[in-house]
Amino acid sequence: MTPDTATGPSPAVSCTRLTYSFGETTAVDGLDLSVGEGEVFGLLGPNGAGKTTAIRCITTLLPVPAGMVHVFGHDTAKEQMSVRRLLGYVPQQLSADSGLTGRENVALFARVFDVPRRERAARVAQALEAVDLTDAADRLANTYSGGMVRRLELAQALVSAPRLLILDEPTIGLDPIARTSVWEHINAVREATGMTVLVTTHYMDEADQYCDRVGLMHRGRIRALGTPVQLREGLGERRRADGAPATDPLPTLEDVFRDIAGSGLEDQSGGFRDVRSTRRTANRVG
Amino acid sequence: MSEAPAAPRTASADRTPATSLNLLLTPPEPRAGWRLIPARVIAMCAVELQKLRHDRTELYTRAVQPALWLLIFGQTFTRIKAIPTGGIPYIDYLAPGIIAQSAMFIAIFYGIQIIWERDAGILNKLLVTPTPRSALITGKAFAAGVKSLIQAVVVVVIAAILGVALTWNPLKLLGVGAIVILGSAFFSCLSMTIAGIVLSRDRLMGFGQAITMPLFFGSNALYPVAIMPGWLQAVSKVNPLSYEVDALRGLLLGTPSHLGTDFGVLLVAAALGIAAASSLLGRLAR
Repeated sequence: MTPDTATGPSPAVSCTRLTYSFGETTAVDGLDLSVGEGEVFGLLGPNGAGKTTAIRCITTLLPVPAGMVHVFGHDTAKEQMSVRRLLGYVPQQLSADSGLTGRENVALFARVFDVPRRERAARVAQALEAVDLTDAADRLANTYSGGMVRRLELAQALVSAPRLLILDEPTIGLDPIARTSVWEHINAVREATGMTVLVTTHYMDEADQYCDRVGLMHRGRIRALGTPVQLREGLGERRRADGAPATDPLPTLEDVFRDIAGSGLEDQSGGFRDVRSTRRTANRVG
Repeated sequence: MSEAPAAPRTASADRTPATSLNLLLTPPEPRAGWRLIPARVIAMCAVELQKLRHDRTELYTRAVQPALWLLIFGQTFTRIKAIPTGGIPYIDYLAPGIIAQSAMFIAIFYGIQIIWERDAGILNKLLVTPTPRSALITGKAFAAGVKSLIQAVVVVVIAAILGVALTWNPLKLLGVGAIVILGSAFFSCLSMTIAGIVLSRDRLMGFGQAITMPLFFGSNALYPVAIMPGWLQAVSKVNPLSYEVDALRGLLLGTPSHLGTDFGVLLVAAALGIAAASSLLGRLAR
């Protein structure tokens, strides 16, 4: 790894006043973000907060001016190929090709990342093994459940040994058991490889449980940043200072979020209410 | 690669994958320079062949239309003797035209496929791999060529069964293959270019319907250019399908043709198509 500056190694991701607009709508509005190497960083926020747009800028899918986004010190505007070689990307949609088997889906990504032929089969097998899909590897992906497709996409991303794994809403639409399983696999792989993970989610409970550090995003900007415990304790302290009894339970991340987003949340994003109702359903089922 | 993070993980994460992940720790060596595009082309063609191997339905259903053209239209017009063919039976004259037509119909669907891949997230994922856009489009164009080639083999077999006297000279058949691949590369790029402009599947379906028949009827696939009215001759002159049919006729039947011009026109058309489709691919990623 080459140090970018005298101050030490460059962070896995750094965004400096990242701004991106679709016509009149400013989706990301001056985002400052730094993700350290090896951490699991959660970008949280309701639908429409700008998370996916930020991710698409970091993955080189959306063009941004030079100097705004760096991945391990590489500018996404100038060194797209170098950035892409460092990335594993799982988009929000279930994006495995349903007309191919699991193994073929992973092999395609081995090919486009230039895995030499003599190593390809073994590498693909290891990626499938890492997500527990060895037994289903030769079945067509259209026979997979939602959770299996997610794990398959994880294998597709892992086959090129990325240093930064980017997951956009990896557990959206999955049942609680599948959600847990997806997270367990992400963690196991991270343990084994030491890669950096940048994940977006609007499930606050998942972020609380699985992320080292989170950034709460609202209207295109990070409004609060820290470890989940730091953010929750911070709000608890503020509440006690405002006269709340010391016996009150520690606020949840969702409370923190509501505190930051304020009343603007309710009128702007129906999506967040949907998420909360989804969560309630999930809690009942799980 | 950095060492594994020291931070303790949640209890669920202690199930690390049983087998070794050693291959997933080192990124593959990047393929550089000129070898990149052939590698991507092979990857895309491999996917196409794998899909065909799993589901051959399309191969059979797509054989129906050319078979009907040859059986009904070909045999009827052979009897009527209404179209001057330079002394060969009309069904022989027609066969190369139908090969070109069925190959074009396959290729024209590639725009719809790429929009489907965009909607499914597959395209975004491929765009985050070290694959330049031109390499991705070239790969798709040749994949269309491979699929069309298989279709062409089917039509050649049908034509042979119907008694069309085709060449079996392997060099000429190789030329037929090259022409079919080049033609399909152009038509798939035409379709992907329109996809990059209209951006939606429904609009593209309309465009596809609107252009395939004029391309077919405005070519020498069914009748010689000489008997066309002046304006249609002009259309035929700028229609790559005419050059494809001219070359196929020359190679398969030994009729007088302009092989050099035909190859040249198709090569330039395919190159322009790849350039146009690649430059518009970014619009699909947004």
